Amino acid sequence: MPLLNLTLKVWRQDNADSEGRIESYEAKEIPTSASFLEMIDIVNDRLIKDNEEPIHFDHDCREGICGMCSMTINGVPHSKEQGITTCQLHMRKFSEGDTIWIEPFRANAFPVVKDLVTDRSSFDRIIQAGGYISARTGSAPDAHATPVPKADADAAFDAAACIGCGACVAACKNASAMLFVSAKASHLNHLPQGQVEKDSRTLAMVRQMDEEGFGNCTNQFECEAVCPKEISAEHIAKLNRDYLAATARETVS
Amino acid sequence: MSLDSKIPTGPLADKWTSHKVDSKLINPANKRKFKIIVVGSGLAGGSAAATLSELGYQVDCFCYQDSARRAHSIAAQGGINAAKNYQNDGDSIFRLFYDTIKGGDFRAREANVHRLAEVSSNIIDQCVAQGVPFAREYGGLLDNRSFGGAQVKRTFYARGQTGQQLLIGCYQALSKEVAKGGVKMHTRNEMLDLVVVDGHAKGIVVRNLVTGAVTSHAADAVILATGGYGNVFYLSTNAMGCNVMAAYRAHKRGAYMANPCYTQIHPTCIPVSGDYQSKLTLMSESLRNDGRIWVPKSREDAKAIREGKKKASDISEENRDYYLERKYPSFGNLCPRDIASRAAKEACDDERGVAASGLGVYLDFADAIARDGEDAIRARYGNLFQMYEKISGDDPYKSPMQIYPAVHYTMGGLWVDYNLMSNLPGLHVLGEANFSDHGANRLGASALMQGLADGYFVIPSTIAVYLATQKPGAVTTDHPEFKRVENQVNDRLKSLMEIKGNRSVDSFHRELGLLIWDKCGMARDEAGLKEALEKIPKIRDEFWTNVRIPGSANGLNHELEKAGRVADFIDFAEVLCHDALNRAESCGGHFRLEHQFTEADQEVKDGKTQTGEARRHDDKYLYVAAWEHTDPGEPPILHKEELVYEEVKPSIRSYK
Repeated sequence: MPLLNLTLKVWRQDNADSEGRIESYEAKEIPTSASFLEMIDIVNDRLIKDNEEPIHFDHDCREGICGMCSMTINGVPHSKEQGITTCQLHMRKFSEGDTIWIEPFRANAFPVVKDLVTDRSSFDRIIQAGGYISARTGSAPDAHATPVPKADADAAFDAAACIGCGACVAACKNASAMLFVSAKASHLNHLPQGQVEKDSRTLAMVRQMDEEGFGNCTNQFECEAVCPKEISAEHIAKLNRDYLAATARETVS
Repeated sequence: MSLDSKIPTGPLADKWTSHKVDSKLINPANKRKFKIIVVGSGLAGGSAAATLSELGYQVDCFCYQDSARRAHSIAAQGGINAAKNYQNDGDSIFRLFYDTIKGGDFRAREANVHRLAEVSSNIIDQCVAQGVPFAREYGGLLDNRSFGGAQVKRTFYARGQTGQQLLIGCYQALSKEVAKGGVKMHTRNEMLDLVVVDGHAKGIVVRNLVTGAVTSHAADAVILATGGYGNVFYLSTNAMGCNVMAAYRAHKRGAYMANPCYTQIHPTCIPVSGDYQSKLTLMSESLRNDGRIWVPKSREDAKAIREGKKKASDISEENRDYYLERKYPSFGNLCPRDIASRAAKEACDDERGVAASGLGVYLDFADAIARDGEDAIRARYGNLFQMYEKISGDDPYKSPMQIYPAVHYTMGGLWVDYNLMSNLPGLHVLGEANFSDHGANRLGASALMQGLADGYFVIPSTIAVYLATQKPGAVTTDHPEFKRVENQVNDRLKSLMEIKGNRSVDSFHRELGLLIWDKCGMARDEAGLKEALEKIPKIRDEFWTNVRIPGSANGLNHELEKAGRVADFIDFAEVLCHDALNRAESCGGHFRLEHQFTEADQEVKDGKTQTGEARRHDDKYLYVAAWEHTDPGEPPILHKEELVYEEVKPSIRSYK
């Protein structure tokens, strides 16, 4: 199996309050079939042998669905490969002698916890503000009581594929969360079950997003380009329409 | 202590309804005085926390991830079963019940499984109301598909990410309750011990993974929904963080561990490629609808493939062994998971494996592509083929996939009664963490069903049975037992940090995993299990003298987190092997080499089964093995809950 020798330039930061810095590490004899995170495991194993603290990074499922892994690789969240999370990136995409820059997802609303680990609880608070349908357990009618046109169901699904990783925020020069918020709102706003709370949901989520310190959207679409689930920026347009209508109705009432 | 399963009397189909009528209620004004701790925020824990809060209880919910939405339920691909009979193909509550009992090789409780089948339909209604985007037909109605071990289409699905969609529904319901103030969420907090006061579970001690602070939390009842123990094998399809710590801590405090030897090995995963490998990736069981599994007939051909001298396409049709179709003509490639996995192992043990390591078989779509066209296959499995290509670098449209079985799910877990309460009063256990509904083998699309049944519909009703006997808020963290447990937790963390040895935590985890996979994996025997039981204490001794954890305990320290989990996996592995050794029969996911059908058996001569199939001994082992923890160095104590079959008669489980 081919082996690679690489140089890593990694963001190290002891905790939220300390200054960060870039450190260099040699990643020697890395199998090309290893995943990117397994490459860091190998480097960490050597750091532990040398009695140094390993590089901390968030990860869990390692199959591209939990949304926990969150590295900016050579300046691009989840790397320049399309439609994948960091854990789905494999070393065969790199070449002998490459230098790889690894940084956390950067945004004021995602403060660094340690090294490459960030605090993305701002996303949770946006959902708590209104990103749900109030359907108390036990209150539901039969699942077939309301047929949903396939086009609406598919559009809702396309939005619901969001894994909440935050790459969209990290890629945006304004650190805007519009792709995330629009995907979450669009999922529910597309469905008949989501109509009752549509206005209140839209307004509450957008207001919470602003309160968390995310920037504005200036239609550059970096978010769409890095989204591991390839969620379309068209959802942003839908959110803007829903927000405008909700604001108008709120003002009138 | 005797094990009282508290199964209600009366006809099977009426048990759940009459139990709800007979159980005590807690009035709304009193509900808000009770506090409940929920550990875990996946489908079982998240749905329980949300629903209990809706009912008015005060809930504290803990998870080690940075958000409740990341629990590993999210990774489930295939779907969720429900006895809706929307396809008009003869499904019913009884048929779902029967398939689950048979799929579990007659080692599950009838009453629990029937209740599961009863509430399955409510789950689908609930999820649709929350906005879960299940697959739909052009008429706007829900679509269904079939899954291994069933002959009706009862599986609801959301492309290849049913788990994520169900979990998001559950997480949104939970978020709604967090906003209302009914649930207090504690993310990045890991439970390190259970606090038992006067024989009742009354709280937990947790470590804040970011600050390192160790704190106590008291409640009137504790619910564990902390998933399975598959990572005891090191490599599995579980997430990296999945662990047995919460369940094992409860076990050490007196809760019985039931049937740990029932472990599910999933047949279609991407084979291991090297020592550095950190996890295994599942390829959905749905692929077996169109893919044909084979290995070469001859060892010479297989060897040539392993050495790169031949390719799959060089092996002519008559030189291929489609072994599942050969052995199980009526179910073929769609036989249940335990059977498909064991057959792959047999082929590879026979030196006919095709991956470089020798541990891999082909899953071939060439016939399906020739029959239906590449576009049709792309529409059905496009995302899975893409996932395979990303990981392996091979294009499955051009050459067959290579697959091999991997640890996926664990049917065993903490013992619970019909109310989902363990033998330790006040401690309730839900989802994969309990042992209750799948017997010795779980059928596809049943895990999501059980997690949500427990959380949305069972525990919100049954927890009142316990709470009605308790005075709300009677125990607080001022009780000296909290301080005592907190001190023990701090001492343990301190001891781990002070070892300062030479080996990484992962190296111990890998060593343990290889041993357990080898001796207590897809096939087990007495000699191997005894050997494992001799070796585990040696791993433990070296771990506690030679593990190296850099950094400090006062802040985020992933090595320290892993060390605590691995220490418990080492101890848990002993219970696992004791259980596998005790159960001298084969059933479902537990296959003992000494107990398989041979040509001499009458059942084989009568054509009811074939040689090499699992052989149960209902006369001796028709019971749940619940293990009580003892002092270190002593074997656990076995307690038996006899299984009573009133409705179905255990028979030879045949898919021939």
